[in-house]
Amino acid sequence: MEGSRLLAFIMRRLGTLGVILFGSSFLLYNLAALSGDPLADLRISLDPRAKQQVISLTRELQLNIPPPIRYFLWLRGVLGLFVGNLDLGNTRTGESVGTAIASAVPTTVRLVFTASILAMVLGISIGIITALRQYSKFDYAMTFVSFLLFSLPIFWVAVLLKQFMAIEFNNWLSAPTISLKALTAIGVVLSLIVSSVAGATGKKNYTIFGSVFAGTVVTLWTLQKINWFLEPGLGPIFFFIACVGISYGVTQLSVGIANKTALKSSLSMAVVGLILYYPTRKAFTFDKQGLIVVAMAILTITLAVIAALIMAKIDKAAIVRTTVISAFFMGLVRLLDQLMYTWPRFISTDAINYRPVPTVGQANSLLEPGDYWISTLDLLMHLILPTIALTAISFAGYIRFARGTMLEVLNQDYIRTARAKGLSERTVIMRHAFRNTLIPLSTIIVVDFAGIIGGAIITERVFGWKGMGTLFNAAINSFDLNLLMGVFFLTGTLALTANLVADLLYSALDPRIRTGSGA
Amino acid sequence: MSTSQEESMENSEVSLQDIETEGLSQSQIVRKRFVRHRGAMVSIVFLIIIIGTVFTALESRIFGIRIPGWWKYTIEDLPELKLGVCNDGLVGCPTFSVVPSFLGGDGIHLGEHPFGQDDIGRDYLALVMRGAQRSLMVTFVIGAMSGVIGTVIGAISGFYRGIIDSVLMRFTDFIITVPTIIIGSVIGFHFGNLGVAFLAFYLGLFGWTGLSRLVRGEFLTLREREFVDAARVAGATNRRIIFKHILPNAVGIIIVSVTLLMSGAILLETALSYLGFGVVAPDVSLGSLISQYQESFTTRPWLFWYPGLFIISIALSINFIGDGLRDAFDPRQRRRITKKDRKNAKVARKALAHK
Repeated sequence: MEGSRLLAFIMRRLGTLGVILFGSSFLLYNLAALSGDPLADLRISLDPRAKQQVISLTRELQLNIPPPIRYFLWLRGVLGLFVGNLDLGNTRTGESVGTAIASAVPTTVRLVFTASILAMVLGISIGIITALRQYSKFDYAMTFVSFLLFSLPIFWVAVLLKQFMAIEFNNWLSAPTISLKALTAIGVVLSLIVSSVAGATGKKNYTIFGSVFAGTVVTLWTLQKINWFLEPGLGPIFFFIACVGISYGVTQLSVGIANKTALKSSLSMAVVGLILYYPTRKAFTFDKQGLIVVAMAILTITLAVIAALIMAKIDKAAIVRTTVISAFFMGLVRLLDQLMYTWPRFISTDAINYRPVPTVGQANSLLEPGDYWISTLDLLMHLILPTIALTAISFAGYIRFARGTMLEVLNQDYIRTARAKGLSERTVIMRHAFRNTLIPLSTIIVVDFAGIIGGAIITERVFGWKGMGTLFNAAINSFDLNLLMGVFFLTGTLALTANLVADLLYSALDPRIRTGSGA
Repeated sequence: MSTSQEESMENSEVSLQDIETEGLSQSQIVRKRFVRHRGAMVSIVFLIIIIGTVFTALESRIFGIRIPGWWKYTIEDLPELKLGVCNDGLVGCPTFSVVPSFLGGDGIHLGEHPFGQDDIGRDYLALVMRGAQRSLMVTFVIGAMSGVIGTVIGAISGFYRGIIDSVLMRFTDFIITVPTIIIGSVIGFHFGNLGVAFLAFYLGLFGWTGLSRLVRGEFLTLREREFVDAARVAGATNRRIIFKHILPNAVGIIIVSVTLLMSGAILLETALSYLGFGVVAPDVSLGSLISQYQESFTTRPWLFWYPGLFIISIALSINFIGDGLRDAFDPRQRRRITKKDRKNAKVARKALAHK
């Protein structure tokens, strides 16, 4: 009964989706076709071959057919999708639109994926913290910051980033010393943030402030003394300390620190990590690095599951989950350490020449291919600036939304019930409030993910990446109708599908919403 | 936070709500709450100053009457590039100074070219003023048009439901499918030369989708409320119910989202102009100025800073006003806790402890 209703709902929505796509593509096609002449520049050209080109382009792009009818020729190619033969037509240069898009999508995804994930994770966690510390200094500061980020044009931020994060940073790296003033400033800012998040009052507040300040200053000073910025690395000891920290943090958030089995199981993974520290470094020098990294990841997760299953007597699922999450983060730290280890080799190559942060482009073509770690670092370095810009712009929205949703959830009766039952604050927040906050957030995330494919037009332009945005730009500037429609077809379909998925997801996650009612 | 503290805060909340309900109309309550929002009040004053300054700076013509501006240059003037005024061999740097002479500065004055000159000597203050005029105009036109269209479509589909709702909402989906920046670029590229008003008009035609969904949702809930039934029983027409009963209750959400839409609109306009699809030369907008001079950031940074600062100040103040309005209209809104409240809470806590 329920299943058939759901199926009917999906079918109905897919039907409307088709109609909408048809309508909007028809509109866009005619709007774009009627508003400009693709042959304008050729017609006024004095080149003797121009006339010939006009004739051949007219034939190839079927320009002698009026746009409303030409649209259906285009549509016939698109409908070939259902018989496994999608044809989006050719661009002005004769290339297939499908091929052009297929080569642009991975670039765009690479550009936007990390930024979206970062924006979501950071935005949601900060949003939730501000909700928990409502009307605190941290809350006010974050409100201001999110409004500021809302108001920033990305191209403006990009220029600033290029200047200060790339050019000035590279200059600084030639002699990496931090002045006393900068050291104090960084310390004050960091400790202000931490103490306001901690939300303690009175003496405890000053203690937190003081210790964070002292810790930051001493750490930075030591790092600069041992020339860490040119030869960074964690080493086995700090790697182990980081792993222990991860174990405690993940256990506390996931099942609570009182669950000793989960903690032990996570800590055992930290020990495994320490034992495997040097063997993995050796393994990372073999050929076929990509495969080895994947194999290591699988091995780590398997080890984590085994360790958890051995230790857990009861409540196995929660302990396995905690251990796997911890192991995942430990693996990330291990990769980070390996990248740091490669850093000196990376910046001393001729292609980099001690200026590691590039301002434009998506890869350094001068770099010799072959070394997995160096090309990964190069890729990451090219991603840094666009990622910071995109994250900064989009995470403000998540902060506001997560804060609003969390506050709403915290006012619900079931939260009061949970508190009245005497559950710990951690359980109330993580199990009752956080999970319910994720329901509306999940639908936004789905829609945002679909949007990222077509959504980075300006970023691509500023940072010189050749993805969907560049294609789209070229399409408009050269009146390339097929290319424009190809880009639109992909982004439009994705956006509508994501909306459908979001609706389904919402009704799956929240049983109060019924798919049958309304459309 | 201890429970007693919470309790006393709860008490001060209650007393505050009592004051609010005591003989005040809905709009009075909203106004009072809005005035209390410090960020919004500062922003509204700031925005008014910006708008006033920007629109009176250059000479303008209204119905053929020439109104002189307060600034001596226009964007067409080509004053000589001043050599030797600036340090480091720069040409055309900003001349204004805000550090008084007794603090070791040059004294407070504007100078010949407060924002400097661009590469061919045009006065940059005049350019930025014209750019800000254009951007503000586009923002307000988009805000007004999207506000009207979004409200009408959302109200109709939420009130009548059924087939009208389905058709209108599918139409909205249909507009949503076309990403704003794509439609903006197509429009801007082909119609940008028809002038900034036309561009704003077309962008306004496509900016209302989010608002109409919100309004629809609000109407769907409000139309089920008792006061609507009461009005209907009393014989009110649909028209009367919509305008006199439901719309006043939905006006908060509309105003708030229109302000947020406007802060998005200024960014959309600047982004389009940046891409070259918005305001086109010889006219300037804040976005086109940044796009034109971004390469000169290292040599003549002022060409980059000023338009950016104007965009940020305008968008930021609109955002804060929107936040203030949301707080003012939201009936569940708890007032921000002021120092006075904390003091009262402390007194109350002590009184409780002594009991």
